[in-house]
Amino acid sequence: MATKLNPVDVLIVGLGWTGGIIAKELASTKLKIVALERGGPRDTNPDFIDPEIHDELRYAARYDLMQNVRRETITFRNGESQTALPMRQLGSFLPGLGVGGAGVHWNGVTWRWLEWDHQPRTRTVDKYGEKIIPSDMHLQDWPITYDDLEPYYDKFEKTCGTSGKAGNINGRKIDGGNIFEGSRKEEYPNPPMIAAQSMVMFEKAARNLGYHPFPNPSSNASRDYVNPDGVAFGQCHYCGFCERFGCEANAKASPHFTVIPLALKNPNFELRTNSIVLKVNLDSTRKKAVGVTYLDARGREFEQPADLIILSAFALHNVNLLLQSGIGAPYDPATGKGVVGRNYAYQCGGGATAFFDKRTVLNRFMGAGALGTCMDDFNGDNYDFVKAGYIGGGGISCSNSGARPIQSHPTPHGTPRWGSEWKKAVVDNYDNAANVGNQGAVMAYRQNYLSLDPTYTDVFGRPLMRMTFDFQDNEVKQMNGQADICVTIAKEMGATKVDRSIPPVPYSIVPYQSTHNTGGAVFGADPSTSVLNKYLQVWDVPNVFVTGACVFPQNAGKNPTGPVGALAYWAADAIKNQYLKNPGPLVPS
Amino acid sequence: MSKREKNGQGDVGRRDFLKLFGAAGAAAGTLPFGGSASADEIVAAAATDTKHHHAAEPHTRGGGYEFFNVDESAFVEAAVDTLIPKDATGPGAKELGVATYIDRQMASGYGKGDRLYLEGPFGEGTPEQGYQLPMTPSELIRAGIADVNAVVQKSHKNSFAALSAKDRAAVMADLEAKKTDLPTVPVATFFSLLLQLTIEGYFADPMYGGNGDAAAWKMIGFPGADAMYADKIEPFRNKPYKAEPKGIQDLI
Repeated sequence: MATKLNPVDVLIVGLGWTGGIIAKELASTKLKIVALERGGPRDTNPDFIDPEIHDELRYAARYDLMQNVRRETITFRNGESQTALPMRQLGSFLPGLGVGGAGVHWNGVTWRWLEWDHQPRTRTVDKYGEKIIPSDMHLQDWPITYDDLEPYYDKFEKTCGTSGKAGNINGRKIDGGNIFEGSRKEEYPNPPMIAAQSMVMFEKAARNLGYHPFPNPSSNASRDYVNPDGVAFGQCHYCGFCERFGCEANAKASPHFTVIPLALKNPNFELRTNSIVLKVNLDSTRKKAVGVTYLDARGREFEQPADLIILSAFALHNVNLLLQSGIGAPYDPATGKGVVGRNYAYQCGGGATAFFDKRTVLNRFMGAGALGTCMDDFNGDNYDFVKAGYIGGGGISCSNSGARPIQSHPTPHGTPRWGSEWKKAVVDNYDNAANVGNQGAVMAYRQNYLSLDPTYTDVFGRPLMRMTFDFQDNEVKQMNGQADICVTIAKEMGATKVDRSIPPVPYSIVPYQSTHNTGGAVFGADPSTSVLNKYLQVWDVPNVFVTGACVFPQNAGKNPTGPVGALAYWAADAIKNQYLKNPGPLVPS
Repeated sequence: MSKREKNGQGDVGRRDFLKLFGAAGAAAGTLPFGGSASADEIVAAAATDTKHHHAAEPHTRGGGYEFFNVDESAFVEAAVDTLIPKDATGPGAKELGVATYIDRQMASGYGKGDRLYLEGPFGEGTPEQGYQLPMTPSELIRAGIADVNAVVQKSHKNSFAALSAKDRAAVMADLEAKKTDLPTVPVATFFSLLLQLTIEGYFADPMYGGNGDAAAWKMIGFPGADAMYADKIEPFRNKPYKAEPKGIQDLI
């Protein structure tokens, strides 16, 4: 039997970037706020200190900071004709666990998505006509534009101390920055990071080919920095242990040392760790949430009543919670009706590995998560969709995020996997290979979606969520087209050998590709094709808001955390200045 | 900035080490009597065991098996020696302690499936759906070793560990090419896990028992855990940076 607790005003489910931002932004309201985090507490000291954090086996290979699929996982299939089976171990993507969430172990690449990414349907139809859109593609505009979000992008960059170079300030294009970006009001809070040798070579090659390379916007601080909230960052060590690791220097922006401590200063805020929310409870009208049911570390069940509920867990968990709770109609691909689980998308990859002769010294191990040089010449709608044969391209970049040898010992295609010949190839190429990669958009489709599995359950007895996903023709064409461009750049860099590759098709849950799982609870202007209105408020249950990458109608050729953070500030603003003054739907449905 | 105060005595290191592996792993008195361990290795292992006051000591050379029985440890030593042999390029996996590494991994939470979803029903699925066996890594490795030894016993009238280096390489090549049918485990899954564990042990931090003296890092030029390059990344652009590799225990 659940123990019923005293009601609170605001309940936050999951304390990563978005839950942390909202908790901090609502502190001034004096409302009683409780955050429930399914993982444990942690802090830079003692959890991420040097040298213990520099442990590739523990953090990168054994996933120490990640979700444990023994307790909760998903099932997966490529299409309707298959029976979904459990993802029995982590692979393709790595959801986080614990205070700070994936914001602890991300790389720190912090984009503003391109203007096209906010209005892909309108801008595609305007330029190419309706006919270019495949019939099964759910190409869908955001309910807000880049310009609406600009001040919130700015706010998140300042929170994170993002290091970069603007390419468009108030409409003025600036060489060396990303000339394809939407107009910014201000420069980045910190200058770009120091480029590694491979990036210097990539930049020169890209310019020779007539492209427009620029430094990745990086939330690995290029210098000591104090953000507008008074939080101090250290300069990045370029230690090369970044993605999958916590940062010993507080150089990689993370909610655990920025927004969350500020939220915790509020005497009306309480954080309960090791508390897993099983579902959101609705009243008899199904139009109002009354609280959540959760388990504590000892497995005791509690009912926590609340007036306002924010679902700010990882993208996949938010969708799972909506499905478990019966909030919003589940999507049915047969009828096209329903919205929860609709428009699940992912990320395209692939590219080229460039091998150089021994005179080139890369020192790949001197790296940082977001250290890279990128170009958007084939991203958004900066290229010709008809000529290329695909909608939604990708960023092409050369990154130098480290060279941890268990997982990074590149050898040319055709090298044996073991034995003396393998070893010689590893030694010959360990510091002589650079990657030129595509991070490609994935559009949403009728047949790619999330739902509840009919067979498997988690350790708490709930149905597992089922993922039905495959790369479609548009994405396969994109990965191939972009890989060809990567090969051309790699050759221009002076590579003596270039290997081209794209991720497995059909999509495979096995090899790591990206933790950019998007969609499933998208925001939009039309309740028949979206779960949330433009303020991230659930159309059907207005006292529930949902944040994170699950709100994107499709994925872009860019990392998601920039708009995820910006939208959390956007939603916090709407909650504080509109919803709390007059609780109810902020947009008529 | 958040660097822990150095502890010159190494006591903290040892305590952490014991916490990580359990007392049995760090100070076990059992020697690998079976298998292909040379007299030198047994002496080295004994020496390590008697001066186990400092966790940063090379404790990797055969220091006792927690999980494998004598037949299994002999197999694993021979297998890692075949997958990454000692040669002109650099050290082999066996001499760096990779068999010990795999043994400890099998005895650890990882080996026992602490991060595996193992609820049924079980089905074979497609390659894209990934691992679907009802076995933990340690169960899979144990069954696979028995399988391979049984097959080799039949074909060569001997155990895998007793074969010549050439014959062992041929057996491995057949496993990799799925030319061998194993009675219990899928051959590709077993071979991939064995290879993965071997490469992990070879390149992991020395404190995990493989990569003795960080020799594999030395071979490729990876400086290891001592990683602070803010003042080096620019001056060393296209210039060799040489540093004696350091493991975590060297820095505590």
